[in-house]
Amino acid sequence: MSDFFFLIPIALGLGLIGLGAFLWALKDRQYDDLDGAAARILMDDDAPDDDGVR
Amino acid sequence: MLTAHSPFELDAAAQGRAAAELHLLSRAVGADEREAHFVVPEIHCAGCIARIERALKQLPDVTEARVNLTTKRVRLRWRAPASPPVIETLQRLGFSAHVHDAPPAADDATRGELVRALAVAGFAAMNIMLLSVSIWAGAEAPVRALFHWISAAIALPAILYSGRVFFRSAWASLRHGRTNMDVPIAVGVITAFGLSLYETITHGPHAYFDATVTLLFFLLIGRTLDHLMRERARTAVEGLLRLEARSATHVAPDGAHAPIAVDDIAPGMTLMIAPGERIPVNAEIVSGNSDVDLSLVTGESTPEPAQPGGVLWAGALNLSAVLLVRATATARASFLADMARMMEAAESGRSQYRRIADRAARLYAPVVHLAAFLTLIAWWAASGDPHKAITIAIAVLIITCPCALGLAVPMVHVAAARWLFAQGVMLKDGGALERLAETDSVVFDKTGTLTLAAPQASMVAGADPSALLCAAALGARSLHPYARAIARLTEGAPMAFECVREEPGAGIEGMLEGACYRLGRPAWTQMSADAPADEDAVLLTRDGEICARFVITHTLRPGAAEAVAALKGAGFQIEIVSGDHARPVTALASALGVPHAARITPAGKVAHIARRTEEGRKVLMVGDGLNDAPALMAAHASIAPASAADVGRNAADFVFLRPSLMAVPEAVLTARRAATLVRQNMALAVLYNLIAVPIAIAGQVTPLIAAIAMSGSSVIVVANAMRIGRSASP
Repeated sequence: MSDFFFLIPIALGLGLIGLGAFLWALKDRQYDDLDGAAARILMDDDAPDDDGVR
Repeated sequence: MLTAHSPFELDAAAQGRAAAELHLLSRAVGADEREAHFVVPEIHCAGCIARIERALKQLPDVTEARVNLTTKRVRLRWRAPASPPVIETLQRLGFSAHVHDAPPAADDATRGELVRALAVAGFAAMNIMLLSVSIWAGAEAPVRALFHWISAAIALPAILYSGRVFFRSAWASLRHGRTNMDVPIAVGVITAFGLSLYETITHGPHAYFDATVTLLFFLLIGRTLDHLMRERARTAVEGLLRLEARSATHVAPDGAHAPIAVDDIAPGMTLMIAPGERIPVNAEIVSGNSDVDLSLVTGESTPEPAQPGGVLWAGALNLSAVLLVRATATARASFLADMARMMEAAESGRSQYRRIADRAARLYAPVVHLAAFLTLIAWWAASGDPHKAITIAIAVLIITCPCALGLAVPMVHVAAARWLFAQGVMLKDGGALERLAETDSVVFDKTGTLTLAAPQASMVAGADPSALLCAAALGARSLHPYARAIARLTEGAPMAFECVREEPGAGIEGMLEGACYRLGRPAWTQMSADAPADEDAVLLTRDGEICARFVITHTLRPGAAEAVAALKGAGFQIEIVSGDHARPVTALASALGVPHAARITPAGKVAHIARRTEEGRKVLMVGDGLNDAPALMAAHASIAPASAADVGRNAADFVFLRPSLMAVPEAVLTARRAATLVRQNMALAVLYNLIAVPIAIAGQVTPLIAAIAMSGSSVIVVANAMRIGRSASP
């Protein structure tokens, strides 16, 4: 059984990485505009004309 | 006759005022930049985002423009001394916009804290639960001790960080000598952690780290959802278009025009009010003839003439011509401010209401703590083993920790708010839902609530169709609600009238093909004083000859009759209390078959509600005007339409966005269903305690039983709360 104890820090570490990533995303204001993020993917940033989206 | 000011002068003044308003409501960022938030309610797609950002970034001096689609706001940064024409640019793109008063920093902070606490608690709960599963599966003593130590190491920071929300609230409540639901939560969490740590140090078999942290996690879910619901309702209400003036045009003694903040207006100052603007402070008319629309101020449905020497209330809308007015009061002392003071007074009365959860906590906490204390005494006396007695007493505290009870109320409110949101009704907070469920009588305002704010015109049959086009073209040139109603009658090609001018209090006149057309009051349009005075009729004349006759009616809001009938059917006592003249109020009240009172002042409305309250009734106020705001605050619960004045919208507990008045009985029914579900959830939580507490007092609770019991009861109450949408659909 004790042969598998090395899995505990790995499991905790993975969990901490996930938590850290979530907190970073929150701090980076990535959750401030969820609807906008979904819409912005449709925007064509390098469109040459004035109305931008087609 | 009309105005001494050129259109250019008016435009320049309006632009100067917009720039001043932008400066007043923006804040400095860094050394030389300013930032402001704009509310743009009509943003709805990727195309809007692209167009707005592109157009704003092309303005000189703008350094950053960012659209938030969720909150329908635009954040803009620009180099300091400049004042970019943002609102004009947005209007050119077809979006109405206004500057947001204050960036919502404080609420962002609360939401951020709750979400971070939730994330930390979730991480800790999952990992501790993983370790606990292997302990429950029968790990050997050394492994168990190791896992307990790891669990303790995870639980301590998680409880310190995520538990702060509850510890702070519990401490604040205890310091004022009260208890709320957070007191038993905090006591349970702290004692459970203390006992588990002691067990860990002494290598005991039972540690409750998993139950403690899972409890925090579940409670934080409820609390975060509750906060997000209120935030969403608030942003939606703020997103509605703002009606009150924030700045005005000051006319200096030397004739120079300059923008001035409404708060800086002093009595004696001369102000210029363009057509379409609201009067910022109480004032006296110096020069100019116009009509003013008082429908939001007093509830009167017919515009009043405004002449030199006349007195104007703050909040009235100037309709037909430029007015020069002298301020007679500061903004603080004006009509609006009177309303604000009356609202504060009314609100202090309502704050006596205690939410169901707090009332339950007042009973619950002492009973639970007494039970734990008695268990301790009894076991100590019976077994003579203090360690065993303390362990069992703490197990009682853990098992009674009001996890289900803490979720029972907020989850129902969140589910009800989601349901109402889908029906176009905004809910400000959960307490309002509880109060709405208790109401048994309704007081309706008339203008703008039971009737639509905009009147409707209809042409009396027998007139030439081209007359309608003439009338519509003339009507479109005026801001008067009657003229607007006639303009809406047709969408035909506009006639090219010349020399159009508006005669305040009478009508509008224009030249076409050498003939003089007039649209307005009968006497003025027929150019004779002895014409029959029919107040509700509007005539179109050509050189004094009648071409067409229009009848103006104030139409009922869609669903008004059905809503009144539905509320009557549900046993509500219904009344109309209006600030309008007796005649229109009586006509409407008899059409709906309900008692009424006309020409009631704002204070009179509050007094009326106070009288009903003394009679033992719980009043629901439905109103929209400034004059209704104190009554909305004084009533047990209140609902306002989205077209209401800003003050009224902020005062009301609910705001409905769709035109139909059926939103009122809908909201009442949902509130009553929510109250039923809350009672069911409370009963479920009590039932859970009746089963679990004897087991705990008997000393039979293990960490496994605690974890299952708590999670199980939480899932049951959440599932029950979700039934609100299902039981609502027919």
